[in-house]
Amino acid sequence: MTASVSIRNATKTYGPFKALDDVSLDIDAGEFIVLLGPSGCGKTTLLSILGGFTTPTAGSVLIGGKDMAGVAPASRPTTTMFQDYALFPHMRLIDNVGFGLRMRGLPKSERDDKAMGFLDLVGLKSAARKKPHELSGGQRQRVALARALAVDPDVLLLDEPLGALDLKLRRQMQDELKAIQKRVGTTFVHVTHDQEEAMAIADRIVVMNQGKVEDLGAPSEIYMRPKSLFSAGFMGEVNFLQGRVREAANDSARVETPVGTVVLPAANFISGKPAPGDHVTLCIRPEHFCEAASHSAVRLGEAHITSAAFFGTHFRCHLAPMAANELSLVAHMPQASTVTPGERIPLALDPSAVTALAAA
Amino acid sequence: MAFDQQARTSDVLLHQGRLKRVLGSCLSWLYLACIYGFIFLPVAVLVLFSFQDGRLPVPPFNGFSLQWYEAVFADRKLTAALANSFLVATTSSVVACTLGFLAAYALARYKLPGSALQRGLLIAPMTVSYLIIALGLLAVLNTFGIRLSLWTVGIGHVVINLPLCFAVIYASMGDHHINIERAARDLGASDFKVMTLVTAPMLMPSIMAAFFLSVTFSWDEFIIAFLLSRFDVTLPVEIWSMLRSGLNPKTNAIGSLVFLVSVAVLLVLELALFGRSRKS
Repeated sequence: MTASVSIRNATKTYGPFKALDDVSLDIDAGEFIVLLGPSGCGKTTLLSILGGFTTPTAGSVLIGGKDMAGVAPASRPTTTMFQDYALFPHMRLIDNVGFGLRMRGLPKSERDDKAMGFLDLVGLKSAARKKPHELSGGQRQRVALARALAVDPDVLLLDEPLGALDLKLRRQMQDELKAIQKRVGTTFVHVTHDQEEAMAIADRIVVMNQGKVEDLGAPSEIYMRPKSLFSAGFMGEVNFLQGRVREAANDSARVETPVGTVVLPAANFISGKPAPGDHVTLCIRPEHFCEAASHSAVRLGEAHITSAAFFGTHFRCHLAPMAANELSLVAHMPQASTVTPGERIPLALDPSAVTALAAA
Repeated sequence: MAFDQQARTSDVLLHQGRLKRVLGSCLSWLYLACIYGFIFLPVAVLVLFSFQDGRLPVPPFNGFSLQWYEAVFADRKLTAALANSFLVATTSSVVACTLGFLAAYALARYKLPGSALQRGLLIAPMTVSYLIIALGLLAVLNTFGIRLSLWTVGIGHVVINLPLCFAVIYASMGDHHINIERAARDLGASDFKVMTLVTAPMLMPSIMAAFFLSVTFSWDEFIIAFLLSRFDVTLPVEIWSMLRSGLNPKTNAIGSLVFLVSVAVLLVLELALFGRSRKS
């Protein structure tokens, strides 16, 4: 089963501290939503409010159109998958997975059948009679998922479930989570501070900071067209370049920056139609610097390579533009290029990939 | 030449070092032997002379005999006292563990008014001597006109063992259990089911440890059992009344049996509980 979730003006204060500040969010049934943000941004508080473990100071939560005010965690159509898995250490896996069904009064044979089905879903059917301490971290993770799904929740809440796994296993579990979510169709709300994880699994990402929603959208949207400086910085490496709008036409605007003048499409200005004199911050991802020879490139003079490191898919270089020597830009250069620190290279960028935000 | 001399001095140093180490380890072994001798010699003597073939449990050891054990089991009063002790020990320990668990659960999981004070009050009886507790209980029982019996002994043992059970169980209630209980609640378990199906089984090693410790304490306890009982008495009280008529290998035999039971309980505790929790 699955249900939509609607959060309206949720606020949670702890004394003078606002953990959640007037957050509104609509989640469609069957969506995979990731709440992304640094620790203390309010993402876990929001999840806890959805699960019913925390009562919001103000605002309301609707799940499947029903107001959840005063509804206990057990009576909500949600289950939570906890960061530390929270498996019952004294029970076999089959009993762990069947626990929720047992609480719903299902007879033993029926719940064992169902539990086996869910253990099969996560690939642990053969370990059904083991106890949690005999499993690896990734396996415990899977049992926790099976246990949460076994009671057929409308919404599954996942509290940094992959945080304790090593990188390789985490990537593998991300794929599995996504595949299982597709199969069962339940709405997933997943909390993480890892933006790569968010991009790997989310239908939509909600970027949060200081109790507020900073940005909301599909991973590519948020990466390519971040709506705030925070969102731009949190989703991956970015260069911020201060600039001022010189001329604005209907479909484009000319922005003057310390390294040169760039003409950007008007659609790249997130804060609305540019007007002459506006102060803006250009967000340029390291991979959006390009070869000066390509036809769409805007040339920005030359730059010194101050340092470079090989990352496999690319070289990551620090550049000091000749026009503004005090700036340090991070650019990715092709894998096959030869990069020597101290070298002078032509600096160019692809204007369509640049986002202009109102200057902070 | 200089090199040769250096080698020789280092040889001497090496030799001295080895000597010191050997001496050191000899002393540690001696120390160890003394300590264990000090602790276990009285018990060993007691057990040895329970097999005495003669009327006095004092040296010299005349020969091996099981006659005193036969005498113990032939003695109606002693076997009755043995059964009484067993009954009081198990019943009072079950009650003490249950109450201790409930108190620990409440104090670990809920914000209660004056919880530090309440914890202190729960543990406080540990610091009061058994004699004082027995006298206090005697006064209370008198006031309410309750007759002395094995029940009153049991009450006394609950009073002395509750703090212990509470302390042991409370110490094992970690914060890492909170999420597990939350998960159970999230999956639809009521508070009672969370407690009986999740919390108590998770804490079973420490609950059993508290139970067996409490059994051994109750099994050995004399002052409270003496002051709060009348016709039916527990084993230590019966032994005491036997001792009044002088030393006798029979008292050694019954003492050995008591010791055997304590050792058995400890072994069960060690093998069944601590062994298992070490594995997991």
